[in-house]
Amino acid sequence: MADESIQNGDSQASNGDITMAEPEPLPSASNGTDVEEKKEVKLEDLFADVDSDDEEFPSSRPQETQPSSSPTAAPGSPLETGGISLKASDPEILRSFYQRLFPWRHLFQWLNHSPTPTNDFAHREFALTLQNDVWRRYMSYPTSDLMRKEMLNLLPSRIEIGPVYTTNPRDRKTVRNASAFRPVAKELCFDIDLTDYDEIRTCCDKANICQKCWRFMVMAVKVVDAALREDFGFKHILWVYSGRRGIHAWVCDKKVRTMDDQKRRAVANYLEVIKGGSQGGKKVNLRRPLHPHISRSLDILAPYFQTDVLATQDPWSTPDRAAHLLTLLPDRPLTTALQNKWDASPGRSSAAKWADIDAVAKSGASKSLDARQLLEAKQDVVLEYTYPRLDIEVSKKLNHLLKSPFVIHPGTGRVCVPVDPRRLDDFDPLAVPTVQELLAQIDEWKDEEGGDESPVKEEGDAEIKKEDGVKRSNIQDWEKTSLKPYVEYFRSFVLALMKDERDARVKREREEADGMDF
Amino acid sequence: MLRQDFNRIDPKRRNVVDHRKKQFADPAYKQTDYPHRLNFYAVPPTADITLEQFEQWAIDRLRVLAELEACSFRNKTLAETAAHMKPLLEKYLPLDSNSSSSSKLSAERQKDHYSHFILRLAFASTEDLRRRFTRVETMLFRLRLNDDTTLAKERNAFVQSLNLEWDPVSDEERREYASELAALSGFRKGVQEEENWFKVDWERVPDLVEGRRVFLRAGKAYVPSRESTSMVIAEFTKRLERSLELTARALPRLDEDDRLTPILDHLSKNFITPDASYSSSTSSVPGADISAKNVDALSSSFPLCMQHLHRSLRRDAHLKHFGRLQYTLFLKGIGLNLEECLIFWRTSFHKITDDTFNKEYRYNVRHSYGDVGGDSNRRGGGYSPFSCQKILTEHPPGPGEAHGCPYRHFNLENLTALLQQVGIQDRSVLQGVKEDKEAQKFHMACNRVFEHVHKNEIKRAKDDGILTSAQLETIVHPNEYFKRSYLLKNLGKGGQDVKMEEA
Repeated sequence: MADESIQNGDSQASNGDITMAEPEPLPSASNGTDVEEKKEVKLEDLFADVDSDDEEFPSSRPQETQPSSSPTAAPGSPLETGGISLKASDPEILRSFYQRLFPWRHLFQWLNHSPTPTNDFAHREFALTLQNDVWRRYMSYPTSDLMRKEMLNLLPSRIEIGPVYTTNPRDRKTVRNASAFRPVAKELCFDIDLTDYDEIRTCCDKANICQKCWRFMVMAVKVVDAALREDFGFKHILWVYSGRRGIHAWVCDKKVRTMDDQKRRAVANYLEVIKGGSQGGKKVNLRRPLHPHISRSLDILAPYFQTDVLATQDPWSTPDRAAHLLTLLPDRPLTTALQNKWDASPGRSSAAKWADIDAVAKSGASKSLDARQLLEAKQDVVLEYTYPRLDIEVSKKLNHLLKSPFVIHPGTGRVCVPVDPRRLDDFDPLAVPTVQELLAQIDEWKDEEGGDESPVKEEGDAEIKKEDGVKRSNIQDWEKTSLKPYVEYFRSFVLALMKDERDARVKREREEADGMDF
Repeated sequence: MLRQDFNRIDPKRRNVVDHRKKQFADPAYKQTDYPHRLNFYAVPPTADITLEQFEQWAIDRLRVLAELEACSFRNKTLAETAAHMKPLLEKYLPLDSNSSSSSKLSAERQKDHYSHFILRLAFASTEDLRRRFTRVETMLFRLRLNDDTTLAKERNAFVQSLNLEWDPVSDEERREYASELAALSGFRKGVQEEENWFKVDWERVPDLVEGRRVFLRAGKAYVPSRESTSMVIAEFTKRLERSLELTARALPRLDEDDRLTPILDHLSKNFITPDASYSSSTSSVPGADISAKNVDALSSSFPLCMQHLHRSLRRDAHLKHFGRLQYTLFLKGIGLNLEECLIFWRTSFHKITDDTFNKEYRYNVRHSYGDVGGDSNRRGGGYSPFSCQKILTEHPPGPGEAHGCPYRHFNLENLTALLQQVGIQDRSVLQGVKEDKEAQKFHMACNRVFEHVHKNEIKRAKDDGILTSAQLETIVHPNEYFKRSYLLKNLGKGGQDVKMEEA
C-alpha cells in the first residue's frame, strides 16, 4: 500500500517535470499546483539556451522531448549535432541525464531502506559539486522527488553521499549543543584505485587504465568480496565503478551501517596486507602460518598472478624492476646467482624469471637456502603483486563522503554503474556507456520504433504495465539505453536489501507483539 | 534473549526498601567485599571515607597513571613497562592476590576501588581527558591482568565472574574448521589440541579482528582462549568508556559540593603531560625569521620525518594528504603563520595551476590553522602539531606516501640511505640507529641522531651551563626537536642565551 502511494508521488512529480519541458503542455497533464513550477523551469530552460548560444541546435531541450516527426533532423541530444561533442559536465547534458536517466527512485529506496520516506533518507547528507565548482555540503532531502527537483535546478556535476545524522543536516546550526548533531549511520565503504598500483603495473599510470590493468581490480573485488561475505557474513555489498580508474564498495547491511569507527577500522585493517610507503621496502610482512583469510586470498589470486601479472604485465622486464624482485627474496647467494643469470640473458620474460627462482634454488646455487623461507618469500611476492590495495581511510571513518552510484564522471563522461561481482569477468570499464552515448541511444531508439509512442513515461506507470506484460510502449528512458542492465541490477540489489530490512522489522514487531501478550 | 545490561547497578544494591517504610529505613548501602584482586569497577563505592583519604588515594593513583602514560610515550614494551612500574605500584597502589597472606587485602582493594572512582570524577569532564583516562586505566588493568598469570586459577575465577557470554566452540565445528584453526594456533606447536576456543560476534573483539588474530566465519569470531585476555581488556575499555560518559552527564550535580570540586579540579590539572599541552606559544622560537622562503634554510633543523617530507615535496612538487597534514601542522608549530604557509604550499606545488590549488588544497591548509571549519575547530585554532606518539601510532604511510616516522616506517636500507643523504655518515651512529630500530625504540634513534648532529653545540651549552635539565630530556615531539635544534645552532648569536633559560 505504502509502495503504491510513493509511486504515485513519483509519477506526479515526473508528470510535472515532463510537462514543463514540453513545448505545448497538455492541459490534462497539469494540475493547479504544477503551474507555477512549470513556468519557473521553462524560464530557466530559456536562459540555458541563451547561455549555450549554440546556433546549431537552438532550444535543444524542448525539441528533445518533442515527438520526433523528422527523425533525422531532430537533434535529440546536443552532442549529435555536427559531430561536436559536448563535455559530460555540460549543464544541458546533465539536465537530460538527471531528468531522463538517473534512477532517483532506486537511489532513494537504496538509502531509505523502505518505500515510505524515513529519516534514513531525510537525515542523510549529500554533498554537491555545482557547475561553478562550488562545493556544497550538508544537503538533505525528504523524498526522492524533491531531491530530483533540486538536482534539476542545481545540475551538480558530482553528488556525494555522506552519513545519516541524528538530525536533519540542514538544521545542524539550529541544534542547541554540538553533540546533538553527529553522524550515526553509513554504509561501510571501500575504495580501490588503480593509481595505487602504479608501482606494479607497466601498461598505464596515473589516471589512465586499460583492459590489462583493470584485471587488478577484478582480483581486488574477488578477494574483498569473498572476505566480506564469508568471514564477516555481510550480505548486501554493492560494487560501483567509479567512472575512471577505480571501484567502490558499499556494504549496506543494517548491522554494518551503525558500526562505529573502531569496528570500521578493524574491518579495514583486517583486509589490509600491503603496508608501508614508497620507502618502506618489503610491503608484505605476514605472520606464519598464514591466516585463513590470507591463504584463501592466495588461492584466489594465484591463477591471476600467472596470467594477468606475469604474462600480461611482465612486471620485471627491466633490470631495475627485476632488482626490486630480488630485494624481496631471501638469501644473498641465491639472489646473486639470479642476478648473474639475468644479466647474461637480457630480455628474459617475467614468467621465465619467476621460474628461474625455483630452478636456481634447486640447482643448489646456495647452501644456506631455506626452502620454506623461499616459499614464504614467493608467497609474499605474489601478494604484493596481486593483493588489493585499499584506500583505507575511506573505510575507517563513519563520516567519509563517497561519490554516489550513477553519477557521471566529469572527466570521462562515464556513468558510475554498479558492477555485479558474480559477473565481474564480463565487466569492461571502457565499455561503460558515457552520458553522451546514452542520450544518443534514447534518440536512436525512438527512430527505430517510429514516432508513435509518447515521449516520456511516468516511472510508476511504466513499471506496473511492464510487470503485467501488457504493453511495451510505456517504457522508461533508461530502458532504451545500454544503461538498462545496470539499473536493473541496482534495482534487484535494492529490492533484496529492502526485503531483508522489512523482514527484520516484521520479526521485531511480531516479537514485541508477543511480548505484549504475556 | 536479552543481553544483560552490565551497567546497571546490581538490583540487590538498589534501594529496595518498601516505599512506605522508606523514610525510616536505613539506606541499603553496604560495605563492598572484594572477592577478586582485579576489579571491573562496575559498582561505585558507597561507604564513607575522610576527605584526606579522598585526596591522598586519588593522588597516589594519579602518580601511577602518569608514570604509565610516560612509559607509553617512551615506547616501552609491555615487559619493560611492567618492570618499570613494579616498585611504583607496590608503593602507591599495592594489590595482592588472594593466595598471599596479606592482612591488608581488603584495605588495598578498597583503596584501588575508591581511587578509581575519584579519578573518574576528575577526568570525566572533557572528551580528551576521558580518552586519556580510559587509555591509562586500560594499561593499568592490562598490567595487572598479565601480572596475574602465575595464578591462572584466580584469574579464571575473575573472568568467570564477569559473565561475558562466550559460547564454547563445539567439537563438530572444531573438526570442520580444523585446518583454519590450526593455522591460527600454529605459533605454538602442540598446544592446539588442548586449546579452547570461544565463539563471539566479531564486533565484540574488534582489536583481535584488526590484527587477524582470530578466525572469522559468517560474522563469528573464533577466539583461542589465550586471547581471552585481550577480550577481557576490550570489555574493560568498553565499559569504562560508557560509564565515563555517564559520569560526565552526572557531573553538573557535583557543583553544589564545594569540598570535592576544588580537589577534583586540581587533580585533573595535574594530569597534563608535555605531549598534550604542546601549544604554539611554547614552541615558537623568538627572533627567528620563519617565513615561506626561509623554510629551505630552516629545514636543516627539522627532525628526520619532516626533512623527509620536505625533500619529497621538493622532489615531487607534491605531497599526499597525510603528508601535507603532518607537515602543515609542524610548520604551524614552528611559527609559520597562515599567510606564509599558504604561500609556501602554493610555491611548492609549482606543477599545478592556481585554480587547482585553490580548489583542492587551500581549504585544508586553512582548516589546519582553524581559519575555517566547525566552531570547535575555529575556536581551538585548528589541530595541534602531531606528537611523535601520534606520528608513530596513527596512519602508517601507504603506497606513495611520505609521512610517518622514518625510523619506524622505513626499512633499514632506506633509512640508512636517508640518514646519509642528510649528512650522517658516522658509523657508530648508524649502527646505534639500527639497534634502536630493531628494539623498536624509535625515539631513542631520533634523539641519538639529534645528539650527534648537535654534539658540539650541546657540549658548549653544557660547559656554559645554559641548558636546563628539562632541555636534556628525551625529545618526544618534532616541534621540540626543531626548537632545541634551532636554539642550539644559534647559541652564540647574541641575546639567545637568556631565552634558552627561559624556555
